Amino acid sequence: MGSLFDPKENPRAAWIGLALIAVALVALPFALAEIGTAWVRITNLAILFVLLSLGLNIVVGFAGLLDLGYIAFYAVGAYVYALLASPHFNLHLPFWVILPIGAAVACMFGALLGAPTLKLRGDYLAIVTLGFGEIVRIFMNNLSQPVNITNGPQGITLIDPFSIGDFSFAKTEVFFGLTFTGPIKYYYLLVLIVLAVIVINLRLQDSRIGRAWEAIREDEIAARAMGINTRNMKLLAFAMGASFGGVSGGIFSATQGFISPESFVLVESVMVLSMVVLGGMGNIWGVILGAVLLSFVPEVLRYTVEPVQRAVFGRMLIEPEVIRMLLFGLALVLMMLFRPAGILPSAVRKREFEAKRAA
Amino acid sequence: MSHALALLSGKGIGKRFGGLQALSDVTFTINHGEIFGLIGPNGAGKTSLFNVLTGIYSQDGGEFTFDGLPLTGLKPHEVAARGIARTFQNIRLFANLSALENVMIGRHVRTHAGVWGAISRSAATRSEEAAIEKRAYELLEYVGVEKRANALAKHLAYGDQRRLEIARALATEPKLLALDEPAAGMNATETASLKRLLGDIRHDGTTILLIEHDMKLVMSVCDRVLVLDYGKKIAEGPAAEVQKDPAVIAAYLGGEVTLNLKGTA
Repeated sequence: MGSLFDPKENPRAAWIGLALIAVALVALPFALAEIGTAWVRITNLAILFVLLSLGLNIVVGFAGLLDLGYIAFYAVGAYVYALLASPHFNLHLPFWVILPIGAAVACMFGALLGAPTLKLRGDYLAIVTLGFGEIVRIFMNNLSQPVNITNGPQGITLIDPFSIGDFSFAKTEVFFGLTFTGPIKYYYLLVLIVLAVIVINLRLQDSRIGRAWEAIREDEIAARAMGINTRNMKLLAFAMGASFGGVSGGIFSATQGFISPESFVLVESVMVLSMVVLGGMGNIWGVILGAVLLSFVPEVLRYTVEPVQRAVFGRMLIEPEVIRMLLFGLALVLMMLFRPAGILPSAVRKREFEAKRAA
Repeated sequence: MSHALALLSGKGIGKRFGGLQALSDVTFTINHGEIFGLIGPNGAGKTSLFNVLTGIYSQDGGEFTFDGLPLTGLKPHEVAARGIARTFQNIRLFANLSALENVMIGRHVRTHAGVWGAISRSAATRSEEAAIEKRAYELLEYVGVEKRANALAKHLAYGDQRRLEIARALATEPKLLALDEPAAGMNATETASLKRLLGDIRHDGTTILLIEHDMKLVMSVCDRVLVLDYGKKIAEGPAAEVQKDPAVIAAYLGGEVTLNLKGTA
């Protein structure tokens, strides 16, 4: 963060800046709803990806463990929610009960993945995690026999939206003359969750635990020689990252109302990893920026590529989907050439010392 | 040497890598408060002994007794917790973290904040963090790199990196500080100030185990010296005596045969 937001250095600017951001965050969904409710949904999905990227950033950015199967934890969280809040098992637990369960189950899966891969690094770890991601997806696909748990490729439908008592996040309601549609309500909930996750991440990074993760990332042997229990710290990174994925998955289930194994394919893992890498591994603000960019740009293209081509050439030459992948690839190649550490690389944390005791 | 004085003793330490007997039956004693030199020609097994001692490798035979208790079977982080800290022959700093953070990581093993403490920023965690930072800064001052506290470790001058590694090791509050060639690549001025630093560390109560090729440094700072050659102990004793030991001279100068080889190599 720049000095602008440093409350110690520049308290007035910091508070004004924060107030402006808060107003913008509150007003955003209504502005988007003017363009179309679809954009509120797209924003919500973008925030979910921010959550996922922040979770993956703990594993990849802080601890330096390359995880190519991260979407598996998202899947676990999504299925936990779907199974406990849908007609499938006729269970309808409230979301504030299920989300912690989802986080805990995903956390367990994180440790399950972490335990056998403790001695692996780099390429080898990437391959194993990739396999793990696929295993989870294939399980979801096939756990419809002999006992129907996941309903296989058909997925689970009619998943309950979030609700507290009579207040449902899916219904449109009017308060103070403003129309709160379902997506707008979810938006506010998501913003609250993402703010909490940002605070957790910032605090973790700048703590004894965060430093231990960074030590493992920088040099595992030296970290061990300095007394860091690398086994526990790596498991902790996997478990914490996974639990954020689990929470995101639960919200995804509830907002979509329908999930199937198709939502959790390898490309999704790659996408989340790209967000982390593009934005700036290890830097929380960079990761958020990466997630927002990679979620929005494709959607903007979806709505602009066709009219632009019709205006310029009179007809459509290239499908939006093709342009999307083309630009995506181009962006990643350019990134690697010009900003290999990401758009916002992680900076040295400067510390101030109370007194200049140094002579 | 009376037993009450012994901080670390190795008894019959052996280590084999495939067909190579890196260490065989090495026995030695390091006393409280001394600077103990570990010397020998390249490939003599000095670093192997370090790695076995600090739990990076497990020994095939023998036993270390540290501060009255055996070290056998402990993992590197447990060895560090018991009070042995080390530096590395090829500097292994956390290159992309600041000098101060490197030393703060050294405090890990003596501090306790967990995930909940970190997230809640409880009063206990905050005061522990402040203490970690203060102590880390003091150690940077102690080794003389405090002006570079906020610089990335990889951007420090070579000699400063060596000193930073020592500060990081000291942050773990070791009873025994094991230094693997700290003077390697240093010029005469840097070596002289390293010598003063070693004297200070010993004076402040930390025992030092020193691998070093700079014989002038070894002979001037070490109380006692262990000489290894081909994984075997060939001498142990006060520096001045070891220096005159014919077996040591032969190992270093290689006797007549190696002298000839030296000319052709």
